[in-house]
Amino acid sequence: MRDRLGLFGAALITVIVLAAVLAPWLAPYPADAPDPANNLLPPGAEHWFGTDYAGRDVLTRVLYGGRTSLVIVVAVLTVSATAGVILGVVAGYAGGWLRDVIMRVTDVFLAFPALLLSLALAVVLQPSVTTVIVAIAVTWWPWYARLAASVAASIATRPYVDAARCLGVPAPLIVVRHVLPNSLTPVLVQVSLDAGGVILTAAALSYLGLGAQEPTAEWGLMVQQSQSLFTTNWWVVTFPGLAIMLTAFAFNLLGEGLRDALDPRRVVK
Amino acid sequence: MPRYVARRLGQALLVVAGVVVLTFAIMRMVPGDPAVAFAGPKATPAQLAEARERFGLDDPLWVQLWNYVRDLATGDWGTSLRTRQAVLDDLYVAFPASLELVGTALVIAVVAGIPVGVLAARHKRRLPDLGVRATSVLAVSVPVFWLALAVQTVFAGRLDWFPVAGEYDLTLDTTSPLTLWTNITIVDALITGNWPIFTSTLEHLVLPALVVAAYPTGVVAQLTRAALIEESGQDHARLERSLGFGETAILTRFALRPALNPVLSLIALVFAYAIVNGFLVEAVFNWPGLGRYAVQAISYRDTPAIAGVTLLVAMVYVLANLLVDLLQRVVDPRVRLR
Amino acid sequence: MIEVRDLLVRYGERTVARVPELDVRAGECVAIVGESGSGKTTTLLSLLRLTEGAHVSGTVRLFGVDVLRAPERRLRELRGARVALVMQSPQAALSPTTRLGVLMRRALRLHGVANASAVTEEALRGVMLDPAILRRYPHEISGGQAQRFAIALAVALGAEAILADEPTSALDVTVQAEVVGVLRRLREERGLALLLVSHDLALVSTIADRVLVMKDGEVVEAGPAAEVLARPSHPYTRELLEALP
Repeated sequence: MRDRLGLFGAALITVIVLAAVLAPWLAPYPADAPDPANNLLPPGAEHWFGTDYAGRDVLTRVLYGGRTSLVIVVAVLTVSATAGVILGVVAGYAGGWLRDVIMRVTDVFLAFPALLLSLALAVVLQPSVTTVIVAIAVTWWPWYARLAASVAASIATRPYVDAARCLGVPAPLIVVRHVLPNSLTPVLVQVSLDAGGVILTAAALSYLGLGAQEPTAEWGLMVQQSQSLFTTNWWVVTFPGLAIMLTAFAFNLLGEGLRDALDPRRVVK
Repeated sequence: MPRYVARRLGQALLVVAGVVVLTFAIMRMVPGDPAVAFAGPKATPAQLAEARERFGLDDPLWVQLWNYVRDLATGDWGTSLRTRQAVLDDLYVAFPASLELVGTALVIAVVAGIPVGVLAARHKRRLPDLGVRATSVLAVSVPVFWLALAVQTVFAGRLDWFPVAGEYDLTLDTTSPLTLWTNITIVDALITGNWPIFTSTLEHLVLPALVVAAYPTGVVAQLTRAALIEESGQDHARLERSLGFGETAILTRFALRPALNPVLSLIALVFAYAIVNGFLVEAVFNWPGLGRYAVQAISYRDTPAIAGVTLLVAMVYVLANLLVDLLQRVVDPRVRLR
Repeated sequence: MIEVRDLLVRYGERTVARVPELDVRAGECVAIVGESGSGKTTTLLSLLRLTEGAHVSGTVRLFGVDVLRAPERRLRELRGARVALVMQSPQAALSPTTRLGVLMRRALRLHGVANASAVTEEALRGVMLDPAILRRYPHEISGGQAQRFAIALAVALGAEAILADEPTSALDVTVQAEVVGVLRRLREERGLALLLVSHDLALVSTIADRVLVMKDGEVVEAGPAAEVLARPSHPYTRELLEALP
């Protein structure tokens, strides 16, 4: 990856992931220890990012919020990419009516703007981090299905796959040996491109009160709870928002860098 | 071409049918009894039974689905649990306001995004390009609700340059009442020559529209850049160079039009995304559109209203995609051949 | 009018073309012959400084302009107006969303050619194209028409030299003859200088005065066409000749 912006994104991701993983050791205060006597302190030597309405350290909660966000991102992308790739590979490799059915279903899911479908789902489920994961994963898998289907379809027609089929190699084996490995690169690029979107969607759902609930530290929730204090206590809203933006920014840069470096179009061809 | 249009229409109808089924399924997933939700927790068994009867909850699922489809088709999109009005009537009032906001944002996105993309492509891999790319990635990475809050606090709250919230100064309704034609305030104000409401709406539009525009502008700029760079590496760009055209002329006069094709098809995607992104912005700026309606419905667990918004936006999305597919054939003569 | 000395084109460490000496005078036709990958196209493009990402050294003088050292603006006045390029794939060389007439008009305006419509009409007549073609898009015309249109562009702009890169290889045999005919006539009537890149020795023998044979980026043989083709001194040239049907 010669791209400087992509490298910068990768570096930023590393820092963010490390900060989230090491939060229990890095954070200067306990994640959830209300201290009403010291509420809404501006940023200073004691509290770098200030304290929130309950007197909790904002820096600590931003660090812990990173854990929540990363769990959501990893879970959503694992679930949706796995489900999508399996369905897509089946559709692309098998072809015929099975392909038609799967692709029409993905069309229907793709007809909803992702955030809207997540939102509708999250409304009918109980608000929680799990709900956020389910709601986003349900809207995200069709993209992977479509991508994997196109890769699988192109690979299914290659001479060596034809040859394997003629030699009587069973279909599942061909899929595992040839089709899956070839789908991996474009899917991984897509995953890295999507991570930023997942962060933003999760934050939006939490901001609407459909995701993480108190006392979980979550960036979108933190913004929602303190938004009325923005004018008087800027730090309570600014820092969680910046955290969302930087994380999404880093993932997007990394995703683009990877895409340019690995160019999935070349693989799909 | 007519055959293509017919096939594409059929496809769109199939998707809309799927959208209806999916929405129905989601609404049936609501935990707890919808009859209780409607009749209230203190309802008597008789009232509950009446509610069950009214919603047909004792019928088999496929009958319920059929009834749902029939109701939708006859214009009965249910009754909002919050406003106690027909959902379709609520949407009829809210949707134009969203269109107004998102439409303005998309105009900003195209007007700002394309020149910025051209600038980046012109200075490929040099400082302006790097700056444009970093900024446009930042624009698609910013959480829109947070940007809305920040912009509102700074430019409306602190600096007091723009109004804090709302679509226009409601006191104007008494001094210069608006005649409705399209329900889109700014358009109606313009065609009826209602200048007080027109200027007031414009002032109120600036901040939320800029916030909604951030994402599409970034996307349009990035895609314009990528498409232009690809286009300027084609054989025809070499011929144009050999004829003495400069790089800027090649980009703007020859490469831009074919490059606009992918940008255009993206607008449909971005349009739907911007409507939903606009939901959060509408909530912050108290803009009387679909978003504010949906967000209020969320806190009320108003499922018929949410279903209505979901259906409407999905249908608009399908329609937008359809239009773009057809429009593309007008913009790029090559596509007509296929 | 075209004067090349010690031209060296490199991509990174790799030398793709080395041409010690090449001159084309008015009314003369010189052909560069070789297989694909022999560096002939690169040589041609470097004469107009159109090789992207390549390192080009030596001297190229087109109508007195030191191409490799001139400012970009000076080159742009030269390109099209005095030296025009005709490329191999005729349709890909024309912008797909621009009507031919629009391209013509823009090019003429760019170089300040007065009386554009008369000039256009005459140029089209010169290459035997119907002016109705101006309303067409590139995908609506044939390869031969596209190639003749590219030549018409050069004529309308008043170019005194044409650099043609495999101008006929993408065309049917009958259409090839048409295009070659047009080129030959322009050269006789207008004293156009022609630098032709081709792997087609049959074509070269009918039109070229002098020939440069290139292999792997090096000029292996050069001289009057009749002489080189009749008595090739380099084994590679012999090989090329023997490959002829």
